[in-house]
Amino acid sequence: MTSPAAAHPVTAAAAAETVVDVRDVHYAVGGREVFSGLDLRVRRGRITGIMGPSGTGKTTLLKLITAQVSPDRGSVVVFGHDLATESRGGIYALRRRMGMLFQNGALLTDMDVFENVAFPVREHTDLPEPLIEKLVLTKLQAVGLRGAADLMPEELSGGMARRVALARAIVMDPEVLLYDEPFVGLDPISLGVILRLIKQMNAALGITSIVVSHDVKELATIADESFLLSGGRIAASGTPEELRASSSPAVRQFMTGSADGPVQFHYPAPDYATQLFGPVQR
Amino acid sequence: MSNGYLLEGLRRLGSVAIFFLQLLVQCLPSLGRPRLLVKQIYNAGARSLIIIMLSGLFVGMVLGLQGYDLLRRFGSEEALGTAAALGLLRELAPVITALLFAGRAGTALTSEIGLMRATDQLTAMEIMAVDPLRYVAAPRFLGGVIAMPLLTAIFSVIGLYGAQLIGVQLMGVDRGVFWSQTQDSVALHDVNEGMVKSLVFGVACSLIAVHEGYHAEPTAEGVGLATTRTVVASSVLTLLLDYVLTAEFL
Repeated sequence: MTSPAAAHPVTAAAAAETVVDVRDVHYAVGGREVFSGLDLRVRRGRITGIMGPSGTGKTTLLKLITAQVSPDRGSVVVFGHDLATESRGGIYALRRRMGMLFQNGALLTDMDVFENVAFPVREHTDLPEPLIEKLVLTKLQAVGLRGAADLMPEELSGGMARRVALARAIVMDPEVLLYDEPFVGLDPISLGVILRLIKQMNAALGITSIVVSHDVKELATIADESFLLSGGRIAASGTPEELRASSSPAVRQFMTGSADGPVQFHYPAPDYATQLFGPVQR
Repeated sequence: MSNGYLLEGLRRLGSVAIFFLQLLVQCLPSLGRPRLLVKQIYNAGARSLIIIMLSGLFVGMVLGLQGYDLLRRFGSEEALGTAAALGLLRELAPVITALLFAGRAGTALTSEIGLMRATDQLTAMEIMAVDPLRYVAAPRFLGGVIAMPLLTAIFSVIGLYGAQLIGVQLMGVDRGVFWSQTQDSVALHDVNEGMVKSLVFGVACSLIAVHEGYHAEPTAEGVGLATTRTVVASSVLTLLLDYVLTAEFL
């Protein structure tokens, strides 16, 4: 298992291989510190898992990488560009090299499946209609939903909506795909399909994948490397096997799903007996 | 008013002003996408037609009844056409159309954009490097601005027909006198006053509706509150602007 501190300094060869480089990031929301010195590096062509209990800032990390929010301190470097120094146009140019799969799909509800997938192509290219049609159908075929091209988003199940969103995310052939909790609320069949698709996208298209999830078992089957977020920084990183073999209490608690450990099951509260039998406070 | 309310009011005013400037910058590219624009004119305009026409008819009929009763006391029933036409063109049509627009199209705009925010659709556009201001907000704003004068004109025409229906058909005012008086007394600047008002109201109501939706809290309660704010702010601003514009035109 590698220590997070060993991530820097980087060599030139490692820098070329690095797609996302998060350096000493501090970030707080409403006075609550989400990250306090976060260091993380994502390497090209790999599936990188970001794990951690709910509320540890996994989705916030994706927001930092896509420049939806800026860190209070530290830097986020994507494709060699420091996001803090990029103009709005520069950020948009970088985003065109990324794709993101939202937890709920985030399909545009006033368009059918075909138009949803065609949306980024129409917005960013002047391709002729026959070519757009071929491109969209190819991507829909890849996610197994070519037959659903005419359906509206409200006619899709959760798993189907996520697959359509995946087709939309890859339609511009991004270099990096970000997945926000892709396994939540899926039935076993849809879950298997999504897992297989993530693996396929990575293997067939050479896409670098960043998968944010708290589903340890699923992530372990596809991730080349995983980072465990805890207390605003990386608590551990390594292959799923390395994480499983870790002796760190925080890592063990998360990997085994134990209620006892450094992460408290109970939200901080006053004494139970005092609150139950004391004077009424609400 | 406490300092907190004052600061919050100023903050909101500043937010609307900055949003307005950002929208204006995005309006030009939106004009180059007629399909998007036509869809929004249809949503804000054509879908409001029934309510505007029905309201126009009843307002005109009430105007016919009240006007006839008032003018009869001075023996000037033949001036009913003038009173109805000027009242509608200069005042009632733009104001009532704007109030109805805020209630129907404004709330629809706010809740639609607010729900797009709540369901991550706007964020998804941002990630796809598509500016939601250009793709979502600007066409809806422009659609509202274009639809309002058209709806106002339709309100005026139907309202005048309603006044004629009561005055001429029911109360017995001479048809020829009704229309000739109307034709003689209505000048182009009266029509302009109504159109300028409706255009200003269109900008105000559409801006508020789009702004509130765009900045709504991404929750069910947040979208509900934003929709309420749209109706309240649009209605009050319409009446305030109406006073300012009327004072300017008179």
